[in-house]
Amino acid sequence: MTISHFGAVLLFSLFTSIVFGITQRSEPRMMIRFGAFCFVLFVGGTIAASWVMWLIKH
Amino acid sequence: MATNVSAQARAQSSSFPTMVLISGWLIPGAGHLMQRKWIRGGLIMASILAMFTIGLALKGKVYTPNTGDLLDILNFAGDLGNGLLYVLARLFDLGQVTVQVATADYGTKFMVVAGLLNIISAVDAHSLATGRKRS
Repeated sequence: MTISHFGAVLLFSLFTSIVFGITQRSEPRMMIRFGAFCFVLFVGGTIAASWVMWLIKH
Repeated sequence: MATNVSAQARAQSSSFPTMVLISGWLIPGAGHLMQRKWIRGGLIMASILAMFTIGLALKGKVYTPNTGDLLDILNFAGDLGNGLLYVLARLFDLGQVTVQVATADYGTKFMVVAGLLNIISAVDAHSLATGRKRS
């Protein structure tokens, strides 16, 4: 199996956010909100870190 | 109301939370399924199974018990969190190849994180069983 780096980020973020959402909140509505928040934070954080690394290199 | 009463009754049975904790560790999502949290248990099971399978498919490494580098020991502890999935991977000699490409290293991390998430899920199921977590 081959996967792109960004694909790996998306999969990792998706599955991790699902488990975080379920385990860290009590109400179903809050679970979905927290899961979505984690997903955005994971993906956004990775993109931000990538740009920081690009800026350091250039 | 009836659900709360039955949850309290189960919590009073001293062995049930322990059973939930161990089952949740051995089989991802089983702790929630035992408490009839079908959607949560199913989602946890699907997520952890998918992460572990993707990790193997990416040719990630399955750690064996070791006394070497501290990170190797911690990675082994993470892998162990996968419960029976880890046992099966070891039985069938999966994940024993040397990591050569970046995506294989991602695979290794997928499996370690799947194990850690499984431990979080098992503890969450235990908290539900004892009543420490409301619902």
